[in-house]
Amino acid sequence: MADTGVAEALLRQIEKVDGGADSLELANSLGVDHQVVVGAVKSLQALGDVISAELRSSKHWELTEEGTEIAEQGSHEARVFGSIPPEGLPQAELMKRSFGKIGFSKAMSNKWIRLDKSTEGGPRIFRTVESIQDQVRETLLLVQRGRSTQLEEKEKNELKKRKLLSEVTVKSYWITKDSSFSTTVSKQETELTPEMIATGSWKEKKFKPYNFEAMGVAPDCGHLHPLMKVRTQFRQIFLEMGFTEMPTNNFIESSFWNFDSLFQPQQHPARDQHDTFFLSEPELAHQFPWDYLERVKRVHSQGGYGSQGYKYDWKLEEAQKNILRTHTTAVSARMLYKLAQQETFSPVKYFSIDRVFRNETLDATHLAEFHQIEGVVADYGMTLGDLMGVLHQFFTKLGITKLRFKPAYNPYTEPSMEVFSYHEGEAYGLLVPLAELGTQTGLSSPIRSLRPGLEHGASSLDRSYGTSSWPLL
Amino acid sequence: MTDCIVSIDVPANRYDLLCLEGLARGLQVFKNKLDAPRYRRVSPVSGDRQRLIITKETAAVRPHAVAAVLRNITFTQERYDSFIELQEKLHQNICRKRSLVAIGTHDLDTISGPFTFTAKRPGDISFRPLNQTKEYTATQLMSLYKTDSHLKHYLPIIEDKPVYPIIYDSNGVVLSMPPIINGDHSKISLQTKNVFIECTATDLTKAKIVLDMMVTMFSEYSDFLSFFSESAESIAQLLTRMCLLSQTTGDELEVEIPPTRPDVIHACDIMEDAAVAYGFNNITRTIPRTYTVANQLPLNKLTELLRQDLAAAGFTEALNFALCSQEDIADKLGKRISETGAVHISNPKTADFQVARTTLLPGLLKTIAANRKMPLPLKLFEISDVVLKDQNKDVGARNSRRFSAVYYNKTPGFEVIHGLLDRTMQLLEVKAVRGGGYHIQAADDSTFFPGRCAEIFVCGKSVGRLGVLHPDVISHFELTMPCSALEMDIEPFL
Repeated sequence: MADTGVAEALLRQIEKVDGGADSLELANSLGVDHQVVVGAVKSLQALGDVISAELRSSKHWELTEEGTEIAEQGSHEARVFGSIPPEGLPQAELMKRSFGKIGFSKAMSNKWIRLDKSTEGGPRIFRTVESIQDQVRETLLLVQRGRSTQLEEKEKNELKKRKLLSEVTVKSYWITKDSSFSTTVSKQETELTPEMIATGSWKEKKFKPYNFEAMGVAPDCGHLHPLMKVRTQFRQIFLEMGFTEMPTNNFIESSFWNFDSLFQPQQHPARDQHDTFFLSEPELAHQFPWDYLERVKRVHSQGGYGSQGYKYDWKLEEAQKNILRTHTTAVSARMLYKLAQQETFSPVKYFSIDRVFRNETLDATHLAEFHQIEGVVADYGMTLGDLMGVLHQFFTKLGITKLRFKPAYNPYTEPSMEVFSYHEGEAYGLLVPLAELGTQTGLSSPIRSLRPGLEHGASSLDRSYGTSSWPLL
Repeated sequence: MTDCIVSIDVPANRYDLLCLEGLARGLQVFKNKLDAPRYRRVSPVSGDRQRLIITKETAAVRPHAVAAVLRNITFTQERYDSFIELQEKLHQNICRKRSLVAIGTHDLDTISGPFTFTAKRPGDISFRPLNQTKEYTATQLMSLYKTDSHLKHYLPIIEDKPVYPIIYDSNGVVLSMPPIINGDHSKISLQTKNVFIECTATDLTKAKIVLDMMVTMFSEYSDFLSFFSESAESIAQLLTRMCLLSQTTGDELEVEIPPTRPDVIHACDIMEDAAVAYGFNNITRTIPRTYTVANQLPLNKLTELLRQDLAAAGFTEALNFALCSQEDIADKLGKRISETGAVHISNPKTADFQVARTTLLPGLLKTIAANRKMPLPLKLFEISDVVLKDQNKDVGARNSRRFSAVYYNKTPGFEVIHGLLDRTMQLLEVKAVRGGGYHIQAADDSTFFPGRCAEIFVCGKSVGRLGVLHPDVISHFELTMPCSALEMDIEPFL
């Protein structure tokens, strides 16, 4: 405890006094700054019931800087009066002095001077009375000497308005003896030590009380990234629903798997320079399942498997262009192709959560890279009702139960839909759409299923969502 | 009742809903207030049908064209505006900014067929274009429109070609020079009664679709079309409400696809419309009976386990971009870009997307630079993919899963990073012995401070490096404190 000297001096003072003492007066008599006394009071209080200190505030009047100036030199109006010789003074002259302006109007209203506008050489000021009493200065002097109580409120407020006086609040303590009062300051222990336990000396010691209002020490631990924690949660949900994780560790994809095999036509705007990152190195992919590629080419240009196709010239060079994948559906395409190569068909449920890339201009809601969630169910007799049911289950595990589906368009899913969650406002019973949860959901176009060789009747449910906005939920 | 503004989202494949006429018609048919229209081609009351002759010269620049005539039209200001607006929307949308298809509409009564679509040298073309008072050659028009905010975007489509497309009537009057501008002579006004529509294109299929749209949308203002109605039941009824006229024949459903729906190319498209008419939210939600046992991808399972334990070891996870600048993975690390085996992007919008990262280190150092005000020491880690060129893959590149950690403090803390490595190996159950387990030995690496870099070997193979970063590297990333780092490949541990 710092400055036990002051604290002990304080205690001795209080012992002498009956009743109590004011901290300001104590500061004066001890010859120390009031703040030092306050500090001593605080540390004494921390020791327990040695003293009790009651906070008091009192107001008193003080002179402002200007007020102090006037107390010394006299008020502006008095100085104006004093500066006018018997023959008078030109107004212009007077105004040059620092007290001129204010003093002039005040002196005029006090009727100490008069202004003669008709004199030659400009307006002139003359005294009207022989002598004056500088009331303002006298009032200020009284305050300065600490006798402000002698003055009326009205006078004081007047001067406060003129900014010559200010009312100051002073906080002080009224200090009295308390139950454990003594003139010595005994040292308090902060912590239990091994020696105290060994010797048993803790029984004789006093311990400083704990401050239970403060926070504890934060543990020095590492942290997982919040977005990754969300991803872990989604991964968990998929696994709980029986979905197997797809290998998505390939950011680089060929246009063939990313677009063509998904029935996205070659002149589609999404394949533009503006939306997709193309590679300059390695520029082109060279290995493809050529048999399958021929079938894809045919469906695009002529149609097939019940479709009319897009009827345009399909170019191999376009399909060979390497890109940074724009969706993980490219991986689903590869997986479904592999599935179709199997001897016998087995139903599957696949998922992935991984990075995709779009060549967008960055702003508050758009990034060039983000995570996408993808889910595929392939089996016979899949229906739209099944897709919606699976989605419903998925979101229920996130605590979202109110969903609505809206038709949308996608080259590789038909029917396609968007999913919205909504919130019912209790006050008005209104449906307020909350967030657009997912996009590009739908029954995979049979063209796509059939091209890899999957048998007629099998269809797959596709879902993909961007994840950067997920934490908003 | 208060006014409310309804925002309608038209999906990219429904050109028939791009104008008010099409939208209103679709809604009314859906609500059974109107019968689904059937569009018929009708011959003119008197005279022959119009002809558009295409010459072989067009093959070099714009090979295809289709045309149609709308007769006995009555335009009001609103219909006129809608007509022009639909052309603009189609131009921006399916026509790919006029590069695939360009639409020209003309007042038939100001011109006379047969019409010729040909291509000529720019110097040989001369006409008065829309809203101008004098004649210009095509060459002059190219410079005239260079400053026109609307038209300058279309000039490159034909600018450098030896010949430009041009459409004439039988008197040599220029109808248009697609895709740039129409002639002033044949411009449409509110008084126009008969409209000649021509679509020139580089894609014939799209040209037909566009022409169908123009004709069907505005045919309601023509006196010449009549509507049929057909009775149907359940799905046939639903489809019909979607303008896909249907009837049942025994067990099958016969559906007529109107020209307004070029997006319907497969039976599944028809079923989608039936579902939309039924209302997606009215469909019962079911769970597929598919029984499957889930499997995690081993690489991801390993990553998840490691992440947890590294956070427990007191390091904080970072998530950084996979794309960065060339300097980030080369110069700033004291390496040359050619040594990195990086994948390069051809069309980055800014320097931040020049390459895909080959190491996680720059990302972590940038994260530290962004968090300099946080209390020291800063301890970060990331387990994520980098991209490397690989001839053995079908696309020529592969991902590689890496684990990287940095320690940034007043002292470099090599022993801390080393300790983290030891702990990681413990988690991966690799013993600290040469040969059968792991060991580290001194190495030279320009990224690290000389004498303070070691290579990590597992079963004799190098899997990564650790050490104190070179002061140059620290400065390049705008950092001021010593820093030690570790990066290794975790795929060998599967």
